Amino acid sequence: MPTIAVHTHVFARLVKSVTHVSGMPTARQAFVPQPIVGRTPAELRAYIEGIDPVHKRPFIQVMMEGLTNPLNAEDLKGMTFDRSTPRLLEPDTEENLQQLFMNNNWTDFLPVVLPTEERVAQMLKGTSHAPDEIVGRLRPTVYREWWEFTVEKVAVNAVMAGARPEYLPVILAQAASGMTARSSSTTSFATVSIVNGPIRNELKMNSGIGAMGPYNHANATIGRAFCLLSQNLQGGSVPNETYMGSQGNAYSYSATYAENEEQSPWEPFHVQKGHQSGESVVTTFLGGWYTHSGYGPRQYWEETFARALTAVDVFSEPILILDPLSAREFVARGFDNKQKLSEWFARHARMTAKEYWDNQSVQTIFRPRAVSGIEPWATRLKAAPDELIEIFRPEDISIVVIGGGTQAGWKMVSGMLRENSIVSIDKWR
Amino acid sequence: MSQRLVVHDPRGYPPKIAGKRIADRLSGLEGKVVYLVDCLFDNSEIFIEQLRQWFAEHMPAVITRVIKPRESWVDDPEMRARIEADGDAAILGVGL
Repeated sequence: MPTIAVHTHVFARLVKSVTHVSGMPTARQAFVPQPIVGRTPAELRAYIEGIDPVHKRPFIQVMMEGLTNPLNAEDLKGMTFDRSTPRLLEPDTEENLQQLFMNNNWTDFLPVVLPTEERVAQMLKGTSHAPDEIVGRLRPTVYREWWEFTVEKVAVNAVMAGARPEYLPVILAQAASGMTARSSSTTSFATVSIVNGPIRNELKMNSGIGAMGPYNHANATIGRAFCLLSQNLQGGSVPNETYMGSQGNAYSYSATYAENEEQSPWEPFHVQKGHQSGESVVTTFLGGWYTHSGYGPRQYWEETFARALTAVDVFSEPILILDPLSAREFVARGFDNKQKLSEWFARHARMTAKEYWDNQSVQTIFRPRAVSGIEPWATRLKAAPDELIEIFRPEDISIVVIGGGTQAGWKMVSGMLRENSIVSIDKWR
Repeated sequence: MSQRLVVHDPRGYPPKIAGKRIADRLSGLEGKVVYLVDCLFDNSEIFIEQLRQWFAEHMPAVITRVIKPRESWVDDPEMRARIEADGDAAILGVGL
């Protein structure tokens, strides 16, 4: 059936790239100006009656021709092609190779350790798995093709990030999660990883003072390795083509943290999710969209936390990251486990239905589910505009203890837990 | 002269891309059923309604039908089947 897709003009390069890798490079497209969101009916009618900003011709004309102009030879053949990537690159000087890696968008624009055969072989000693074993597949978004990768390819990126061989099982587990740290979402999502279990101490990861900052080799390079491998093993993360995050995200440099299980008054996150305390696992959260920080709990903590919860982006639930001092203050207030605290947060994270449904992502993603009768969104949609509704479920709110006890601080970092995003590290030793 | 190094390619393995032929086009839209597919992005409903109104005003011989998938970014085979069953063409829109 003849079809034509309408996009906003800022997606023109991405659309071209997607149709190319879909084998239909001449699929018909028409473009209107950005944005659609927030425009009035009259403004949108003007788009329709105006000029397609990509084709520089009237939008209606482009649309009509897209549905009625006869196909040409190029349309009829489609495009079949095979892209192979070599195992090794042509020999060159270190300076030229650093430049090549940067020119090809294989780095984060900080210098990398070049993955020589010797360094990669050394890295591979960090796992018992064969170099040619398939680890998994990644892609930047649901409408792109999956790319596959092996243990060796993960090791190559681990070398580039400056990681040590003993870190490789953590990095392999992150890679195996299927969760990219280079999502192409316009929301600029990163991926935040939390490491639990004995491996934290084996690798001397920092879960205390400065744990979320640049103060530990394992934290820094494991996180960076996950980011680099995500972009390189999924087929890129290039603005306008395979990355559309409008503002970008500092968590995209490195965002792998260890829970301070020793100083936490509660069970570790992975135990809460059904794992044994002696298991080492990594959990990947799609998030990092916002970070909200504060002190406490103090005297008026209920008002403070309820206000903070409703100030975050309601589409993306929070990971509540508590300093051990903050966690103990909650215990003193009767929250003797994480579940009770998640339930309190869910009960008090409330806003009017009209404000909740005014969120762009909530409209785009959640409203169709609500209309289809899928809970909890269906119930939220039934609420009157001024009715207060709970915006998160207890199971949406993850709680992790990180910090060195120099202050009773906390952070709310957006972090959506997806299916299969808790991965065994032990499996990759 | 600087030493020349042999290093690994850091990229993964892309899938082979199989070309797909796009569908034959119509000779004209008069009397045809054109589905206007609201892809559910915020405000796309209003865009699609404006497009429907434009057809009604300027090309009334074109029969337009507005349709929506069940969820955003999720394939809806039932919707596609309905379009294929009684439609002649489809316009999909629109993004952010």
